[in-house]
Amino acid sequence: MALAQQSSPHARKARSTSRLMLWVILAAVPGLLAQTIFFGWGNLINVVWCIVIALAAEAAMLSIRKKPLAFFLKDNTAAVTGLLLGLSLPQFVPLWVSAIAVISAIVMAKQLYGGLGSNPFNPAMVGYALVLISFPVAMTTNWAQPGLLWESAPGFGETLNLLASGQQTVVDGYSMATPLDEYKHKIATHTAAEVLEHPTFGEGIARGWEWVNAAFLLGGLILIGLKIITWHIPVSMLAAIAVMSLAFGNNPDQYAPVSLHMLAGGTMLGAFFIATDPVSAATSHQGKLIYGAAIGILIYVIRSWGNYPDAVAFSVLLMNFAVPFIDHYTPPRTYGHHKARRGVPGKTQG
Amino acid sequence: MTQLWDFAGGIHPAEHKHQSTGRPIRQAGLPERLVLPLQQHIGAPAEAIVAEGERVLKGQRIAEVTNGMGVPVHAPTSGTIESIARLPVPHPSGMDDWCITLIPDGEDQWCQRHPIADYRKLERDEVLDTIRTAGISGMGGAGFPTNIKLRPPKDRKVSTLILNGAECEPYITADDMTMRERSDEIISGLKIMAWILRPERCVIAIEDNKPEAAAAMKKAAEGTQIEVVVVPTKYPSGGEKQLIRILTGMEVPSGGIPADIGVMCQNVGTAIAVARAILEGEPLITRVVTITGEAVAEPGNFDALLGTPIHYLLSQAGLQEAQLHRLVLGGPMMGYTLNTPDIPVVKTSNCVIAATAQELPDPEPEQACIRCGQCAEACPMELLPQQLFWYAKAGEFEKAEHLNLFDCIECGACSYVCPSSIPLVQYYRYAKGEIRVQRAEQLKADRARERFEARQARLDREQQEKELRRKERAKAAAEAQAKKKAEAEQAAAKGEAVDEKAAKAALVQEALARKKARTSAESNAQPVSTENAAPDIPALEKQLTQAKSKLETMQSMLEDAKAQQADNVDKLERAVAKNHERVKRAEEALAEASAETTPATQSTE
Repeated sequence: MALAQQSSPHARKARSTSRLMLWVILAAVPGLLAQTIFFGWGNLINVVWCIVIALAAEAAMLSIRKKPLAFFLKDNTAAVTGLLLGLSLPQFVPLWVSAIAVISAIVMAKQLYGGLGSNPFNPAMVGYALVLISFPVAMTTNWAQPGLLWESAPGFGETLNLLASGQQTVVDGYSMATPLDEYKHKIATHTAAEVLEHPTFGEGIARGWEWVNAAFLLGGLILIGLKIITWHIPVSMLAAIAVMSLAFGNNPDQYAPVSLHMLAGGTMLGAFFIATDPVSAATSHQGKLIYGAAIGILIYVIRSWGNYPDAVAFSVLLMNFAVPFIDHYTPPRTYGHHKARRGVPGKTQG
Repeated sequence: MTQLWDFAGGIHPAEHKHQSTGRPIRQAGLPERLVLPLQQHIGAPAEAIVAEGERVLKGQRIAEVTNGMGVPVHAPTSGTIESIARLPVPHPSGMDDWCITLIPDGEDQWCQRHPIADYRKLERDEVLDTIRTAGISGMGGAGFPTNIKLRPPKDRKVSTLILNGAECEPYITADDMTMRERSDEIISGLKIMAWILRPERCVIAIEDNKPEAAAAMKKAAEGTQIEVVVVPTKYPSGGEKQLIRILTGMEVPSGGIPADIGVMCQNVGTAIAVARAILEGEPLITRVVTITGEAVAEPGNFDALLGTPIHYLLSQAGLQEAQLHRLVLGGPMMGYTLNTPDIPVVKTSNCVIAATAQELPDPEPEQACIRCGQCAEACPMELLPQQLFWYAKAGEFEKAEHLNLFDCIECGACSYVCPSSIPLVQYYRYAKGEIRVQRAEQLKADRARERFEARQARLDREQQEKELRRKERAKAAAEAQAKKKAEAEQAAAKGEAVDEKAAKAALVQEALARKKARTSAESNAQPVSTENAAPDIPALEKQLTQAKSKLETMQSMLEDAKAQQADNVDKLERAVAKNHERVKRAEEALAEASAETTPATQSTE
């Protein structure tokens, strides 16, 4: 009788990494749906395209690194990276630009650092930042004009055609500046009321964007409910943006109002789906609060006083740098200890 | 309602307790042979005090600890000692250890028992000694000798005595069934322990998934000061540190014991053992074991004699051998796998899980850690499991220790929830083991260094002392020489002064004297006294003989050293050469002195 010899615990009931990632993908569906409804087929096509490229790039790198393909591909993490890029890139960004973003995310930011779990930077945001700097025209002029899917915007076939273009600027007629961009550049010379007349803002806060952000918020709450992410990073990040906005930018004739900061741009996607990437985020609760708040502050600073209308990617990447530092100084207090042992061995308190 | 606190983290694994609570506790009966390991407790192993072939009675002491901390082992039934040999014992490594094998004779004949009718009339130390003599060690898991635990350090007053009936691990129901069926005995045992410790509060803690046990205990505790507290089911609430937190809101300091904060936890089974030892005079020879798992047809609890082979209990529970995939001793969270069912039940064995492959499947291959933090959410000690894993894997043990690796209780909650199927606890055990080895080596190296340094210091000191003595001797010799020289010069100067003033007279006198001397020498041939002219000659002679004898001893030492090939041969050689010189110098000095004195004698005469 050959009895199995195992180390305890013998019972396990874990949700596998691939299941967790699948939940992340599913939780992003409402946001993708809202994007499609208000901004046309662009995001959907890009999401599918990015996931395909991500899986292909991952497979290629795994085979070069002589790793078992099926075992790693089924963890769904490459798919999530593709998904996040597809969700965050402008709707009409040409497919070759998104391909470069995805490939640099998977190859450079993830696999060259040692693959899953070893990347210090959020892969999707590395890809995003890379194409934003390399192809500024493609990344700023291709935001779709908001409108209901069935009323306006190019149809599926036409969108696909446009995206296949080799140019950086795909189309003029269907694109429009994003609300954050519009506000940032017009407010210097106009009053808030004049700025808000622009059709990108619509009737509410930011046409389409408000629904997209609400849908990502919903997805994020689902992830928290399922205990796939904790509340610390999104809450501290959103709170930091709100506090910054109320403290420094409470004059709408000078700065975008807090409602715009919260519900336009990539705020909710960033707060719940991007900043919460566990691999590149801080680990302890306290660390997560600091990490999230710092991202929120950076987003507000770059949006208000920097060159870019939105800043999720840069803020997340900048804070990725700080994660090891934050982790060193924010361990939890262990049971039976008076206080947490901060810092590195040898130079400690407590 | 008693106030309860929550502890951090924790998990809710599937309980699997119902399958073994359906039947009452069964008597396991007499197996063909009983195997009794000599070490069933923490501390020094017991030594056999019976011989092979000897007949023993039930309850007779067959092994005793004479040196160090430990408790004796008793014969669980009457029979013959078959052997005292190394056999497989319950241990994660599957190792062999010394065991006494007893062949029961079926008569179950008791030895003389000494029940204590009223322990309150005795000294507490006497009761504690009875507990030790009865071979009682903690039956919850660690097996710490109960008499020692019940006597905390003098400066630690136990104000809260907790009877741990939480039994939070899945599958195990031994304490549950014991509380249901033997609540009165438990209360008696607890009362004895309370009498010894005199706590202000005495609590029985039971998880809320054991309502029958809680009801039975409440009934038995009626009319006493003992509180029965039902705590929420959450693994690992039965962990000593977690239970103390739940019941008192206090935390056991890291590296300390519960008595440091005035708390003590005892196990349900231990309470019964104490009651039987005092009130019946019966030593610890049986315990309740849960035999469960899907590979047994009739899971349940057995009252088994210590030493009963596990396979005997498994067959009583209807083992379906073809189904058996994994045999776990203990619970599914903290137990360890057995490689043979041939090992005996000991004082700490609470549960055996005969699991099928579907029930406890082989773990998935380990994936990369994605730092999801589920482990940190589950950790009841508020550690950072993923960081500990990272450092353990990278061999950065210093950092792992810094993050309180040694506070890990190895409850397995982190591994249980890990989405990447990382055997985290195994990594921690590895890291702890490595650190312990490093510490032991460090200690060894430190001691060796201390020894070396002490030896070096001693040698240096001896060398210095020698040097000092040598210098002193040299100084004394130099002084003596200088004195002698000075005296000689003085004498010479005196002589000169006299000569100058009466040179001519002297010359004349000299001539006269020579003449006289010649004549007197010729006539007397007497030896000439040299006393007043050269008083140092005997001293010099003495010095010379001393130097010569020293040289001789030096030379003999050198020969010895050469014969023994000692490492101070060089030094000795140099010393001999120096002494040679010294002798030579002394000889020369003597020769000079005598040469000088000769003309002086002539001149004085």
